[in-house]
Amino acid sequence: MKILVCITHVPDTTSRIAFTDGDTKFDKNGVQFIIGPYDDYALARAVELKEQSGGSITVLNVGEAETEPTIRKALAIGADDAIRINAFPEDALFVAKQIAAVAKDGGFDLILMGRESIDFNGGQVHGMVGELLGIPSVSPVMTLDIDGDTAKISREIEGGKEYMELPLPFVAGCQEPIAEWKIPNMRGIMSARTKPLEVKDPTGDAPKTKVSKFELPPAKGDVKLVDPDNMDELVNLLKNEAKVI
Amino acid sequence: MEAAVEKSALKGGEFLIKETQANNIFIPEEFSEEQKMMAAATLDFIHMEIDPNTERIENMEEGMMSGLMDKAGELGLLGVNVPEEYGGLGMSFNTGMLIADMMASAGSFSTAYGAHTGIGTLPILYYGTEEQKKKYLPKLASGEWKACYCLTEPDAGSDANSGKTKAKLTDDGKHYIINGQKMWISNAGFADLFIIFAKIDDDKKLSAFIAERTWDGITMNDEEKKLGIKGSSTRQVFFNDLKVPAENLLSERENGFKIAVNVLNVGRIKLGAGCINGCKDVASKSTQYANERKQFGVSISSFGAIKQKLAKMATKTFATESASYRAGQDIEDLISKLQSDGLEASEAKLKGVEQYAIECAMIKIHGSEVLDFCVDEGVQVYGGMGFSEEAPMARAYRDARITRIYEGTNEINRMLLVGMMFKKAMKGEIDLLGPAMAVGKELTGVPSFDTPDLSAPLAKEKEVIKNLKKAVLMAAGKAAEKFGPKLDHEQEVLMSLADMLIEVYVAESTILRTEKLISKYGEEGSKLYQNMAKLYLYEAVTKIKNAGDEAVACFAEGDELRVMLMGLKRFTKMDPVNTKELRQAVADVMIKENKFPYSLYN
Ligand SMILES: Cc1cc2nc3c(=O)[nH]c(=O)nc-3n(C[C@@H](O)[C@H](O)[C@H](O)COP(=O)(O)OP(=O)(O)OC[C@H]3O[C@@H](n4cnc5c(N)ncnc54)[C@H](O)[C@@H]3O)c2cc1C
Ligand SMILES: Cc1cc2nc3c(=O)[nH]c(=O)nc-3n(C[C@H](O)[C@H](O)[C@H](O)COP(=O)(O)OP(=O)(O)OC[C@H]3O[C@@H](n4cnc5c(N)ncnc54)[C@H](O)[C@@H]3O)c2cc1C
Repeated sequence: MKILVCITHVPDTTSRIAFTDGDTKFDKNGVQFIIGPYDDYALARAVELKEQSGGSITVLNVGEAETEPTIRKALAIGADDAIRINAFPEDALFVAKQIAAVAKDGGFDLILMGRESIDFNGGQVHGMVGELLGIPSVSPVMTLDIDGDTAKISREIEGGKEYMELPLPFVAGCQEPIAEWKIPNMRGIMSARTKPLEVKDPTGDAPKTKVSKFELPPAKGDVKLVDPDNMDELVNLLKNEAKVI
Repeated sequence: MEAAVEKSALKGGEFLIKETQANNIFIPEEFSEEQKMMAAATLDFIHMEIDPNTERIENMEEGMMSGLMDKAGELGLLGVNVPEEYGGLGMSFNTGMLIADMMASAGSFSTAYGAHTGIGTLPILYYGTEEQKKKYLPKLASGEWKACYCLTEPDAGSDANSGKTKAKLTDDGKHYIINGQKMWISNAGFADLFIIFAKIDDDKKLSAFIAERTWDGITMNDEEKKLGIKGSSTRQVFFNDLKVPAENLLSERENGFKIAVNVLNVGRIKLGAGCINGCKDVASKSTQYANERKQFGVSISSFGAIKQKLAKMATKTFATESASYRAGQDIEDLISKLQSDGLEASEAKLKGVEQYAIECAMIKIHGSEVLDFCVDEGVQVYGGMGFSEEAPMARAYRDARITRIYEGTNEINRMLLVGMMFKKAMKGEIDLLGPAMAVGKELTGVPSFDTPDLSAPLAKEKEVIKNLKKAVLMAAGKAAEKFGPKLDHEQEVLMSLADMLIEVYVAESTILRTEKLISKYGEEGSKLYQNMAKLYLYEAVTKIKNAGDEAVACFAEGDELRVMLMGLKRFTKMDPVNTKELRQAVADVMIKENKFPYSLYN
């Protein structure tokens, strides 16, 4: 089986978030980058599927040269080769077109992604890639098993669970508990150095969207504790101070 | 590939008499992407496997620790320094240090890890025959087998060679029969392989043996109830007519003490490095707590008294880290050189480490004492919560304490390192006498009024370091002159001299690393490091002055003492430092980042 795993290069979840350039650019200063946590689940499941039935895993990232340590980590975890589309990923459609261009003639049986990136949380790319390639796209996928040419998946939906079967190939936006994150082992890290990482130029039009401004959520205010016996005080505060009733 | 820069390193101990250029030391910022990824993977292991199981580890849940060792083995973490032909990764010395450093935040696991990969594995790696290596190393590198190291006995701790455990060769010459009792043996509870030190017949010196758990004759007591690292297995081990095949003697008869000493050299420097990430973790947690905790209507991190503590933790940690990797790389470079000169690999490793035994001891002492400082102040920052087992500081405080005791107590290491320095001088390996006499002359001569050009970054600080070395040479030279070979028994003097040597080495490493960082990140971009370097130098100067005063007062009086005290004053002179301003600047970075002020490996 040939699996394509699309990974993002995103700020560590504990990073301090700040902006520059008149609040239009994310401030990368001092920020550590990681593989997107949902992408990491996708990759972990890909490694398991490969362990079960053989095949190969290609990781793909649309990003500039600075993302290569993140890509190499994916190689260390178990991907066989990697492609980096050398472009700044500013727009979901642009990213989706790059992925589709790679996947079109790649002969992949499965395209695994995260359910969403954790930097901009669009949750759009998998749908777009499915559409561009004319194949199904499902998200969020929480279990994934392959039986011949058919995949069995399950996902949580409003108020319950859905079980689905669909033919390969298709696009899946993955999330836990599809697999457990894998720690790269030392041998994997050493062999990552020699695995192929191909850099390609982007195709098609430049991104169409542009950020005009980012805004941080307002800082959390202080908490006031009100005695349970003092309902009047609570009503008074909600009405006159918080102005919510 | 790994950092492979041509450097002209000094010999062990030579730092005292020679100047080192910044480009001749290695700094952890220069680790390769691959090494950093290994460090990050080790941290992942700690966050995913150790941290969530802390309570189960501390309660010594059956199979927990050995299960975690299995997982570490699967990741390759147990074979970092074992050559590839024996199932390991064959990574460099400093990479092994780096992994030990990361493990420092793993509490009890870090001891199990250190005992297995260090004192448990290294005797075979360094001294084993080809058969012994082939038989045991792959199992140890993969974690299939766990190792322990049985040296200490109830009546033989610091005086390790006085052990009473006996080995007798059977009449047919095929076996040794071992009888005796060992104490404080880490990993004993689950170890499959025992490195045992015992005396054959009426030998004066120890020999070393490899034994397997399944052989008849090994029994043990229950787990010790300990102050800290409660999750690590520590037991008394008894040998009752334990039959060890003759081919399981390690190296030669009576070579055991040498094995113990050389393995401990590696153990020591790794133990020192194995404190760093613990310090960082404590500093990060303290910063987070200080930011969250409000008193008098503000975060306690806004108080100068708290900022001071945070900044001191970071500064000392930065310093000990600078010294550790400088020494680690010097060892690594020497090993490579000896190997390319044709020495066999394990021989090269031994000789490489032996050359820097002084540095190994210094790093063990410094790392463990910085860790103890950090956990102590960490408890203080947490206030009442620091004293509660609900918060992480209490355990960190208890766990840290052992590092000053095992792998040679810090007192023993202090005496050793000064002793080794003098021994090297006596053997003519390094020339202490010449420089010491020059200092004597300078002291009684007219002070030079030349004003050197000190405009380059850190030039002033480097001048201070030069003078600090003179202070040490003066005190050490005079002590040697007074006591001759009897200096060995003047422990108070030895303690002070050891402190002086350690501070010179660490302060110099810190300044040189910072010089490199200035050229890497620029004058502005390296402000944090410059502030910490200046703070550390100030601290070192104060300590060296104090230790020097105490040392010379042990053996001189009257005019002679006064001249020496004047000399110490002169050689420890530095421009005044506004510690408040510098510490606030360091603490402010921590408070803003909500953690240790810089990160190297994610
Ligand atoms: C308005 C806007 C502004 C942006 N500005 C920046 C910016 O300034 N700097 C910056 O670095 N990024 C920027 N990005 C985003 C970018 O990081 C995303 O990679 C990309 O746009 C998809 O975003 P998304 O949140 O819609 O992804 P989602 O649809 O949430 O992602 C789903 C999955 O698609 C795959 N995927 C997504 N992006 C990539 C990628 N780049 N390469 C490979 N696979 C991928 C992953 O598997 C991911 O889990 C911006 C995105 C948007 C929408
Ligand atoms: C948790 C734990 C794990 C351990 N793991 C192992 C292990 O795996 N394998 C192993 O072999 N050992 C192990 N040890 C033993 C450890 O190495 C010894 O405890 C240590 O070397 C000190 O020996 P001791 O306890 O006999 O103390 P002592 O030697 O009795 O020392 C007591 C005090 O006297 C001081 N002192 C001793 N001699 C001198 C001297 N000549 N001059 C000045 N001061 C002196 C010491 O510095 C110390 O302060 C472990 C110990 C502990 C607590």
